[in-house]
Amino acid sequence: MNRRLRWRKFVSNVMLTLTGVCAAVSVSALILILGYLVVRGGASINWNFFTKLPAPVGEIGGGMANAIVGSGKLLLIATLIGVPIGFLGAIYLAEFSGHRMAFIVRYSADLLNGVPSIVIGIFAYSVAVLPFKQFSTLAGGFALGLMMIPITLRSTEEFLRSVPNTLREGAMALGASKWKTIATVIVPAAYRGILTAILLAFARVAGETAPLIFTALGNSFWSPGWTQPTASLPVTIYNYALSPYEDWHRQAWAGGLVLLGLILIINIVARGILARGISVSRS
Amino acid sequence: MATASTSLPSAGPASDSRALLSRLRDGDEIARLITFIFAATVVLISILLVLELWHDSALPRHKFGFAFFRTTTWNPIEGEFGALPFIYGTVVTAAVALLIAIPLGIGAAIFLAELAPTRISDTLEFFIDLLAAVPSVIYGVLGVFIVVPLMRQFIAPWLKRILGFLPLFQGPAYGVGFLTAGIVLAIMVIPYIISVSREVLLSVPSDQREAALAVGSTRWESTWKVVVPFARSGILGSIFLALARSLGETMAVAMVIGNDPKISASLFAPGYSIAAVIANELAEATSELHTQSLIALGLVLFLLTFILNGLARILIVVTSQRGAGTARA
Repeated sequence: MNRRLRWRKFVSNVMLTLTGVCAAVSVSALILILGYLVVRGGASINWNFFTKLPAPVGEIGGGMANAIVGSGKLLLIATLIGVPIGFLGAIYLAEFSGHRMAFIVRYSADLLNGVPSIVIGIFAYSVAVLPFKQFSTLAGGFALGLMMIPITLRSTEEFLRSVPNTLREGAMALGASKWKTIATVIVPAAYRGILTAILLAFARVAGETAPLIFTALGNSFWSPGWTQPTASLPVTIYNYALSPYEDWHRQAWAGGLVLLGLILIINIVARGILARGISVSRS
Repeated sequence: MATASTSLPSAGPASDSRALLSRLRDGDEIARLITFIFAATVVLISILLVLELWHDSALPRHKFGFAFFRTTTWNPIEGEFGALPFIYGTVVTAAVALLIAIPLGIGAAIFLAELAPTRISDTLEFFIDLLAAVPSVIYGVLGVFIVVPLMRQFIAPWLKRILGFLPLFQGPAYGVGFLTAGIVLAIMVIPYIISVSREVLLSVPSDQREAALAVGSTRWESTWKVVVPFARSGILGSIFLALARSLGETMAVAMVIGNDPKISASLFAPGYSIAAVIANELAEATSELHTQSLIALGLVLFLLTFILNGLARILIVVTSQRGAGTARA
């Protein structure tokens, strides 16, 4: 009995240590890898990276200015598509809809959310590229916007629902109509959460590459207007990393660092906003 | 009777329009309608997505039928399209990824949920959540510049020496291939497994742990025989999520799998995946049949991930409800 107990305790200690090892291996591998990115990217980045167009093949130097601007334009369109649909759809779900409609909308949003980004890209390709026979900023932004919808919608709905009902009842007792209650009481009460939701959705699509390859395509030059193919940071990183040129590899590292920095900063800011709490405490 | 019926039509519209006017003045119906339109847009988009995939993959469905999934030749110039090498590559890389990620991820989740002090657990969870936000193209870059050379110089020779008698670990190692793609995918999905599994493990009511410890279990026995089985379906859900993610992952795989539509027993050999071939060829597809064959591959991917995500969601919801139910009881 005593020996058996000792054995069981031994097994317990070994296995628990192993779980610790798993945690250490996973976390340290992930952090080491990203640390390497920071070191390589940091060594490769310079002012030209932000201000210059890509240099012709074989020449050293140049930058990704057009890709950075392109990404900005794509994300602007994505936000213009994704945020209104997600936000207003969430208001319908949380404040107006019946059970059945809410179920259908939520189900569709979850379906969209689970679809691999490349499939969203195919959809955008058949809807926004093939009919016009033209790769464009608009098509790329459309693809990214589609991906923003479900993330914005689902988390905004959750935050709207977490606003206590007493606030709704209080506003209505004072004679406010429903939409006035929503616009002046409920949304302001949940605005931190909603802002977080939008920021996280933005960060999620900012690094998306797959849906852009055959919608926004890529471009070595500035892309004027909205109906031309445009470079974007993720696609340029992808192309540069697979190219045979040493100097492009260097720029891929720099681009990776810029993209990662942008996304991590947005994530941390979003979490910071949320950590300060929904501005009305739950009763 | 007659007067009533004649007076009604005249009173009806007037009171109706007055009621309508008052509702409009409040604006509730308009707000309802506007938000409804946006909510309905979401439904419309997902229906359109499915219809579009189905409609735009009609050519290969009619031309090849189920042979599309059985044949191995992919030759856009001759107009021959067989999906098997891509399905094989997708499944093999996802399997390798899960073989690596499941033990590591679940072990780490157990550590974080059951053993680590709350502060350490929460701090690490914060980092892990950030890692889950890292875009896949960055994992691809890291794969190309770190994992591929490591594979060529160290991992592959080492595996050959130890496990070289298995056909899985034979043949030349170029650095790119199924195993490399699997490793990069594993690195990508580990944060998901840890994050979701930790969550469901933490939702197991502490009565369960205490009861097991009270009847004399060791710490490990209470964890492995009581807590983990309690959270089993939620953990399974996290694995399904990771699987769906590995199957649909494009960039990280496209950059390290080698992009060669071949089926090889060796994990060192280069291959191809569904998502990777779509990414590489759709923009440059010239014939209608080529485009539609790629979209048909997209449809396959969509159906696979749709089913897996559905199962995952059911499993996670079931577990958290079970936890909540027992806690209340």
